[in-house]
Amino acid sequence: MRIFDPHIHMTSRTTDDYERMHAAGVRAVVEPAFWLGQPRTNVGSFLDYFDALLGWEPYRAAQHGIRHHCALALNPKEANDPRCAAVLAELPRYLLKNSVVAVGEVGYDSMTAEEERVFEAQLTLAQEHELPVLVHTPHRDKAAGTRRTLDVVRVAGIPPGRVLIDHLNEMTVGMVAESGCWMGFSIYPHTKMDPDRMVALLKEYGTDRMLVNSAADWGRSDPLKTRQVADAMLAAGFGEDDVDQVLWRNPVAFYGQSGRLDIDTGSETGADYAGNTIKRG
Amino acid sequence: MNEPAQEWRASAVRQVEADPQAIHRLFPQAERRGGPGARRALLGALRGDHAVIRSLYEGGDSGERLAILTVLHELGLEDAAVALVEDALRTNDARLVAAALGPYGSAWLDDHAFRQGVLKCVFMSIPLAAVAGLDRRFDAELARMLSDYAAELRAAGRPVPRDVLERI
Repeated sequence: MRIFDPHIHMTSRTTDDYERMHAAGVRAVVEPAFWLGQPRTNVGSFLDYFDALLGWEPYRAAQHGIRHHCALALNPKEANDPRCAAVLAELPRYLLKNSVVAVGEVGYDSMTAEEERVFEAQLTLAQEHELPVLVHTPHRDKAAGTRRTLDVVRVAGIPPGRVLIDHLNEMTVGMVAESGCWMGFSIYPHTKMDPDRMVALLKEYGTDRMLVNSAADWGRSDPLKTRQVADAMLAAGFGEDDVDQVLWRNPVAFYGQSGRLDIDTGSETGADYAGNTIKRG
Repeated sequence: MNEPAQEWRASAVRQVEADPQAIHRLFPQAERRGGPGARRALLGALRGDHAVIRSLYEGGDSGERLAILTVLHELGLEDAAVALVEDALRTNDARLVAAALGPYGSAWLDDHAFRQGVLKCVFMSIPLAAVAGLDRRFDAELARMLSDYAAELRAAGRPVPRDVLERI
């Protein structure tokens, strides 16, 4: 079984996680830029973070046979902070990089006017750089926030097939299914979605345009949730091809729209010296 | 190389020759659009402009930095790019560390930095064959450092790499 986790924050995870993920079948990930758990205070803090997502983290992932790409953006939570606004001016040069396969995570957190301005500006950046977009939906007032998100996407004129609306649940999946955007689901131990509810939604809405992620970060989360959904799908009567579509081919098709997805070269740990080098050098 | 890639590369080289700053936009996408070797062609078009090369390196991802380190010795920079090599030696990326000890680093790093770089290769399992000009720069102090490291490995019951044994 091959698994592509389309949303996971590996900078917050350990090498043990990489090993367990590889053993569970994870061969590719996309790491979207988000916040640190506490507010950043200056633009340089973002730039070092972006550089890590383009440098150290893919290198670290490759040691464990996992191909790492990223999505870059000013995240919704920090879009409200005037100290961070200048990141928008730095993004264009980062969006040219080979391993950037989307703009993200963008969207609403508290649904402020400032968040909306930053969200719209980044949808424009995505179109200019011919990149798909990963959109976070707010945890508070989710249904209203998702509706408003879809309005912003529609007005921006970006084709819905280039937009992934994430963190959906039973209350919000229907409107996104109708919009033509891709549907993302984050499977968490205690909040968001769980594997059995996910399987129920796959039965109701089918497997097209559906993506499942662990969204694992520094909070209570589990990078093996993608595999648990795959197992739950098989147990519920889905075939192996359905599992492969949801957990591999769908994320490949969505992020592949960037033209930059490179999943042939990194699927196995390199046999050369670069494959075994994380020591205390 | 296919025709669009060839055209892209030729146009990109002309743009950089006309305006070195154009490389900041072109270099990241050069291999995607201009095929293998396109980054090297763009660096050559800079005609030794070390200030641009330095800012390009600082704004580059690992692949871009690797492309720069690999051809530094061809760019006519004298010692103006030693800081880039030193930066690469601070990383924990074996590809960058090995490239830092290529022909340019071997030519311009001072003795202390070069020895530390060689020892770092041993720590990172980078074969010493990757170090350019090692025979020329090998000295008694580096031999002592490698011998001490071999003694540390033996004390821990760990094997000493063959290419280290050959040097001590």
